[in-house]
Amino acid sequence: MIFTIAWREFRSLFLSPLAWAILAVLQVILGGLFIYILSVVYESQDKAILMEGWPGITLSVLPIFLTFAAFLLLLVVPLLTMRLVAEERRSRTVTLLFSAPVSMTEIVLGKYLGVMMFLLLVLALVALMPLSLLAGSSIDLGVVFTGLFGLMLTLASFAAVGLLISTLTQHPTVAAIASFGALLCFWLLDISPQPQGTGLVDYLAQLVSYLSLFNHYQPFLYGVFDTADAAYHLLLIVTLLALSVRRLDADRMSIA
Amino acid sequence: MSTEILVEVEHLARDYGDRRVLRDIHFSLRRGEVLGFLGPNGAGKTTTMQILSGNLAPSEGRVRIAGHDLLDEPRAAKGALGYLAETPPLYRDLTVDEYLDYCAALNRLPRREQQPAREAAKRKCGLEDVGGRLIANLSKGYQQRVGIAQAIIHLPSLVILDEPTVGLDPIQIREIRALIRELGRDHSVILSTHILPEVQTICDRVLIIHDGELVLDESIDRLDRHMKTASITVAFHTPPTAGELERLGGVTAVQPEPNGRLRVLHDSGRNPTDELVRVAAERGWGLYEIRPGRLSLEQLFVELTADRESPPAGTSASPTP
Repeated sequence: MIFTIAWREFRSLFLSPLAWAILAVLQVILGGLFIYILSVVYESQDKAILMEGWPGITLSVLPIFLTFAAFLLLLVVPLLTMRLVAEERRSRTVTLLFSAPVSMTEIVLGKYLGVMMFLLLVLALVALMPLSLLAGSSIDLGVVFTGLFGLMLTLASFAAVGLLISTLTQHPTVAAIASFGALLCFWLLDISPQPQGTGLVDYLAQLVSYLSLFNHYQPFLYGVFDTADAAYHLLLIVTLLALSVRRLDADRMSIA
Repeated sequence: MSTEILVEVEHLARDYGDRRVLRDIHFSLRRGEVLGFLGPNGAGKTTTMQILSGNLAPSEGRVRIAGHDLLDEPRAAKGALGYLAETPPLYRDLTVDEYLDYCAALNRLPRREQQPAREAAKRKCGLEDVGGRLIANLSKGYQQRVGIAQAIIHLPSLVILDEPTVGLDPIQIREIRALIRELGRDHSVILSTHILPEVQTICDRVLIIHDGELVLDESIDRLDRHMKTASITVAFHTPPTAGELERLGGVTAVQPEPNGRLRVLHDSGRNPTDELVRVAAERGWGLYEIRPGRLSLEQLFVELTADRESPPAGTSASPTP
């Protein structure tokens, strides 16, 4: 049942030009960026290779590339998630789901999975770029896959944020701009001043910066798999999905 | 029509904030019955239908469908119902076939039964020729049919249709009505409308709801019989007193009507027409008009919904002066 809903979500993305446009634009921009990073690294390679402790090609290219990819997807994910529930509400198709023998949890998970299927496709296309280095050099596959895994967790968190916000409104555009704002906040929490002392303000700053999505993405890019970071994402996703279920349930309590 | 009770609604109430829009709605529906749900706009028809279909939670009361409580066992209860909302829930970017397949899957039909179910639903709703077309490109009448097909694809015992003929042209209305009558053979149907002839032509029973309260619950047959036979309307050049008329056999009450006519209510078993004509001729009342006082459903509807104080089961409802 979850998969039925997911498959319909996934397919409906491709019925409009939106999904194709997103894939195309992402691929062009990320491809360009990848070549640019590569050319910079290549030019400085002669000098760098003589330097003590050059991190190697993987670590010179991957972190910056994946950081940028995540940021770009932060702009894109709200466009994918905005329709999930808001659009169904607006066009009153949500009654179809509500009067079918399907639970709210199945609806939410189905919709979430549908978007995740699309994001995995995006991830596969992103993965092709670092993997293309295999043709000309040896790269650290462990680091590459840890980095991609980190990107997947981050995208999953993005999608959960977008899904929750889509359940809050009838207007897809409102959902898009609100999810975008929320994601950017999550990302920017990191900018708070670096804690120095031990006062209350510093603890708060530490806490705030701990909540940043960015801080739980960065370690993956350097090949560090920290269960705490993975747990952060999973907790975030579970919480947001649970809230979405609650929100959808509350729909029946108020004026639909 | 069997005697098995399919739907039981008990003491349903619903609040929007402080406003109570439904009060103590209760009725039951037998298997195979077509129930017409009447009421002016804003009376609470749609709210009731949304509650019955699980789209809205009731503030009080219970709904049982095929023996399953809608809140405690939503999956079993919802499996037994099909719902067409006022706005049909159509995905405009799918073709009719794709859409119906999705609906079949949502209603947990096993995969191998989906295609036969889809074809059967299309046949019933006259959609055989448009299976491959995008829903967005269909006319409103066809979209409505797709909506109905969606509601019956899993052969639910109960089909709930909220104003299924709104916005259609007269020919389409006739087709949809024929379709609903057809549905009434295998399914129980609850139909909301504010078109009165629609109820008289297709329903077995009528509920009239007004201001969130049930004001009438009666079968069409009994309603028809009562409306035809329980009164006669007469007019005299020199009218007798009400007392004289009331002394005639079988007469229970005499009520003046606005245009000088009198309405004589009588026991349905004893029709005083013969006696009345004889007596009128003997005493020179100058009887110039007499006809069975047939109350149309429309009159009944207006009476029941205009006056909040009218009696709840109003088959012999008196006209308000």
